[in-house]
Amino acid sequence: MSKFKKKKSGELPAVNTASLPDIVFMLLFFFMVATVMRQNTLMIENKLPFADQVEKLDRKELVSYIYAGKPSERYQKTAGTEARIQLNDKFATVSEIQQFIYAERETKREELIPYLTTALKVDVETNMGLVSDIKQELRKAEALKINYTTRIGEVAKNR
Amino acid sequence: MAKRSAPEVNAGSMADIAFLLLIFFLVTTTIETDRGISRKLPPIQDENVEPPVIKQKNIFTVIVNRNNDLFVEDQIMELSELREAAKVFLDNGGGVGEDGCSYCQGARDPQSSDNPKKAIISLVNDRKTEYRTYISVQNELVAAYNELRNRESQRLFGMDYTEMEDKYNDPNFKGNKEKLETQIDQVKGMYPQLLSEAEPKSS
Repeated sequence: MSKFKKKKSGELPAVNTASLPDIVFMLLFFFMVATVMRQNTLMIENKLPFADQVEKLDRKELVSYIYAGKPSERYQKTAGTEARIQLNDKFATVSEIQQFIYAERETKREELIPYLTTALKVDVETNMGLVSDIKQELRKAEALKINYTTRIGEVAKNR
Repeated sequence: MAKRSAPEVNAGSMADIAFLLLIFFLVTTTIETDRGISRKLPPIQDENVEPPVIKQKNIFTVIVNRNNDLFVEDQIMELSELREAAKVFLDNGGGVGEDGCSYCQGARDPQSSDNPKKAIISLVNDRKTEYRTYISVQNELVAAYNELRNRESQRLFGMDYTEMEDKYNDPNFKGNKEKLETQIDQVKGMYPQLLSEAEPKSS
């Protein structure tokens, strides 16, 4: 009789987790493929304004980025609190923009140069004086295609 | 030498290692593409070239001062009204004869713009204007152009202008690209984006 009783008193069997690594690896590969590493470490505050009449900025390899805004807290001791320009990984002055554009052009294939775009990622609190200085330098460097990078939303949110 | 079978490698921690990598890639991933307002800067003009004479009624002046107040044609205005005001100006079509505009639906006021092809919006900023105000104004003006272009595009081709542009820029688009391009150019020609920006004043 005891032979039969033994079967009934068994506990719930543990869930088989042998396929868990497979699932995780699948996710891992997805993110590895979809990842674009952050190119620049931001040294400035960069809160973008809202706009809704926007166009997509495809083909990231053709875009060079110019950042502007107040230096973030940890750099304020050395860089001050006035809005600054950041090119690649360091602070820059307005006069360095032309050089930066030429350097960016060097790295691109010649037939792609007319399609190069400059994306301006400017903090909402920046004064237009700095932005128009940047634009003036870009005109001098003949980098005429620009894009004001924004977040998507009603302009009323800018207040 | 006793023949021993190799011990099996314990694969229990495989999941942990994979999780660690997974979390790393999750954190560093940025999938979304940037979006923004695209503009084309004017090339640097020769100093000796005389600027063309433009009739005052064909210019729509938008001024943003250092306190981020908006002045349109010397009248103070709220940002929410700017889009409508720009549309009224662009769509006026007050010209007669050669300057006439057959597709305009505006009031045809002779005191306002002759033709959308001649109507220029002039934007003046102060050096102290905040970037957020500038982008808001830009956005509203681009919106005015887009709304008028959408209206004409719907009438002629039964499709929004913005939708046509999206399709044109989509690399996977299967339809006739040349036809689309001529249609886009036609609508663009009806309402060309004539947005002039002066050097900001420092006051």
